[in-house]
Amino acid sequence: MQQKVFEHRLPNGMVVLGEPMPWLESVAFSLLLPAGTHNEPSNRLGLAGVTLEMCQRGAGPYSSREIVEQLDFLGVERSSSVTTFHTSLSMAAMASVLEPTLEIAAAIFRQPHFPEDELEEARQSALLELASIDDDPAQKCFKELKRLRYGELFGRSSLGDENGLEEATLVDCKKFQRDHYHPDGAILSLAGNFNWEKFVATAEQLFGDWTGNALAKHPKVASIPGNSHLEHDSQQTHIALAYDAVSYNHPEYYQGRGLVGILSDGMSSRLFAEVREKRGLVYSVSASSHSLDDCGSVLCYAGTTAPRAQETLDVTVATIRSLNQGIEPDELKRLKSRVRTSLVMEQESSSSRSSQMAYDWAYLGRVPTRQELLKAIEALTCESLLEHYRKYPPRRWSLVTIGPEPLEFADAVSQ
Amino acid sequence: MQFRSEKLDNGLEVIAEINPEAFSLSLGYFVKTGSRDETPEMAGVSHFLEHMMFKGTAKRTAVDVNRELDDLGSQSNAYTSEEQTVYYMSVLPENQHAALDLLSDMMRPALRDEDFQTERQVILEEIAMYDDQPPYGAMERAAEGYFGDHPLSRRVLGTKETVAQLDPDSMRTYHQARYAPNNLTLVAAGAVDFDQLLLSVDELTRQWKPSTAGRSLNQPVPRNEDIEMVHPPATQQYTLQYSPGPGYCDANRYVSRILASILGDDSGSRLFWELVDTGLAESAAIFTQEFEECGLLCAFLACAPEQHDENWAIIQKILTQGKQAPITDRELELAKNKICSGMILGSERPSNRLFSVGNAWTIRRKYETIQSASQHYRQVSIEAVQKEFESLVDRTKVIVSVGPQG
Repeated sequence: MQQKVFEHRLPNGMVVLGEPMPWLESVAFSLLLPAGTHNEPSNRLGLAGVTLEMCQRGAGPYSSREIVEQLDFLGVERSSSVTTFHTSLSMAAMASVLEPTLEIAAAIFRQPHFPEDELEEARQSALLELASIDDDPAQKCFKELKRLRYGELFGRSSLGDENGLEEATLVDCKKFQRDHYHPDGAILSLAGNFNWEKFVATAEQLFGDWTGNALAKHPKVASIPGNSHLEHDSQQTHIALAYDAVSYNHPEYYQGRGLVGILSDGMSSRLFAEVREKRGLVYSVSASSHSLDDCGSVLCYAGTTAPRAQETLDVTVATIRSLNQGIEPDELKRLKSRVRTSLVMEQESSSSRSSQMAYDWAYLGRVPTRQELLKAIEALTCESLLEHYRKYPPRRWSLVTIGPEPLEFADAVSQ
Repeated sequence: MQFRSEKLDNGLEVIAEINPEAFSLSLGYFVKTGSRDETPEMAGVSHFLEHMMFKGTAKRTAVDVNRELDDLGSQSNAYTSEEQTVYYMSVLPENQHAALDLLSDMMRPALRDEDFQTERQVILEEIAMYDDQPPYGAMERAAEGYFGDHPLSRRVLGTKETVAQLDPDSMRTYHQARYAPNNLTLVAAGAVDFDQLLLSVDELTRQWKPSTAGRSLNQPVPRNEDIEMVHPPATQQYTLQYSPGPGYCDANRYVSRILASILGDDSGSRLFWELVDTGLAESAAIFTQEFEECGLLCAFLACAPEQHDENWAIIQKILTQGKQAPITDRELELAKNKICSGMILGSERPSNRLFSVGNAWTIRRKYETIQSASQHYRQVSIEAVQKEFESLVDRTKVIVSVGPQG
């Protein structure tokens, strides 16, 4: 369980993190920029995603095709994404090719070409991705839940909207990159088999002369209760449900996360037992913790054939409320055991560590160690969990359903 | 890394890839049974049984099983395919014995009537879930078209009708025949104490009786077929093509996998540059599927209905221009690097090694290190890939297309 996390701050504000895992042959890094959908002009929804896509269509010494070919040549697995507050690139590769891989990532964010003849292709790809969600009701349900719960600014989808994608120009992309791709607030986190001093030197060489100003603070995020139903010709009704909880940076976060674990971690968890095992109502039911800045929520999902959807919703809500009757010592013991095991197994994957470190830093400004997490989890008691539940009971519910019929939901109107 | 294997008196094989440095170990029972081993009337029984295996044993209730799985802090699950059913757990080394005890007991389920009725509802929900999802049954329909009366034509989940008609007694009979020790393999990977594992499993499975479970293998005889399906709520058009390809035991499979990567991988392939990068299609891919005695080369397209015909013509062009646009050295090199690096990156978790080691042994009776598996790809020559490419021109094709309109 011994763990070392290195930290280094470049003078321009970029934070470099490293966790050596010398028993692995791989390295993985995440490069996170404070540029998200909330930075988009309201008539350019989807611009953050189009900008990220355009950055990968030629940068530094590479053309669009050369970026892909070079990464394939190096055997790099990669992904990129946009969230409400961030734009990120994640890459994993064999330890021996860390430097050339990082060079490509730096070029993508710092020296994009924005080739004029590729904008239409990037736009068409984005429009297709947006359209494809109409055939994926579960994902559409969560997209609508986010919009409903966090409003126009913070509830935006990274997919954007048709109008914003149609209107986006190359000038918009260049401006978005210039205004929001900054070292101040950027995080580069690396995990795996590497040498820290050498890595810091590479980071300084690739990012040291990058300049840019800190962004103005955005307004506070708050949840907005409410419900909505989208008509869909399907056998199943998809149910997405959310309620307030403490956020990731809250001192009592692990109490809240513990309660979500009692509800949804493992096959003996309450939602799985009550909704699926005892009643056979669903194939899939789950709850998870979610944070947008200081605004925490628990998100739940259940999918079931339409005639059983009302019962599924009612049992799900009743199961959540059953936490008020107390937590069994056995439930807590299983929760702790699962956390202990997953903390040990986390050491088997450089990718999961690098992305977790970047997330930790973005939210907390530090990286909690495994020992610290373990201590926080071991300190949970049945009493402390119940006390936390009563102090922060589920409130400000949001509900979105997609299916043939809307459902009755008293909680949303009785706020 | 050390490989060990042993066969118990009752016919159960135990194999392990041992890595003393690993933080965890993974254990799995690989059962050589799946939808291809079912009768048409009992389609879906293997998968339904997989669910029922978590519903308790003579010693444990369903609740006990779920609680113990969580008590061990395990990451556990199971899946059923056409050819196998696998139950697996990843645990810390100190829980090896407890995990094996639970998993072995689960292989002898109680199959209680009332659990059977409740779980049937869960299976019907699972079928409804997939019916609502793209490509809306196109894969199942393509398998039926391609395989005809071959057992690989059957749906892993069965249909609403066959699942509604299954009864606990026939499931018990099926279990008795297919879950005999000679049809199971216990596979372990990671920080395994192999001697202890052998001692424990011998004791835990001593009462298990062998059966005559087998499997008939024969080559499918596909015919060209074009199938149109309509799913009114769909907004996109989805098209799937099945053609013959090498099977899991065919030495030519490395060539076919490399060719599929060059032509239709999700990034950097010919299809990617023509259809995905250009924004013409939401998704387009060429990939392989392998079974014990046969295999498939598959093509997939998802795009707006009005662009479909043009896009599909591009896929056909890419598949059949072996002579006009030969494979280049650079394409071959990139594909090899991509595949080999992906294998190494994926192998760092014992839970991933469990499947590579288990599948190779249960189907081909072979153990391979990552290094030797990489060698198979590295040794593939450009001439072999080019020959395979040129041979795509006149392969049999079953094509299924589903969209909002016919």
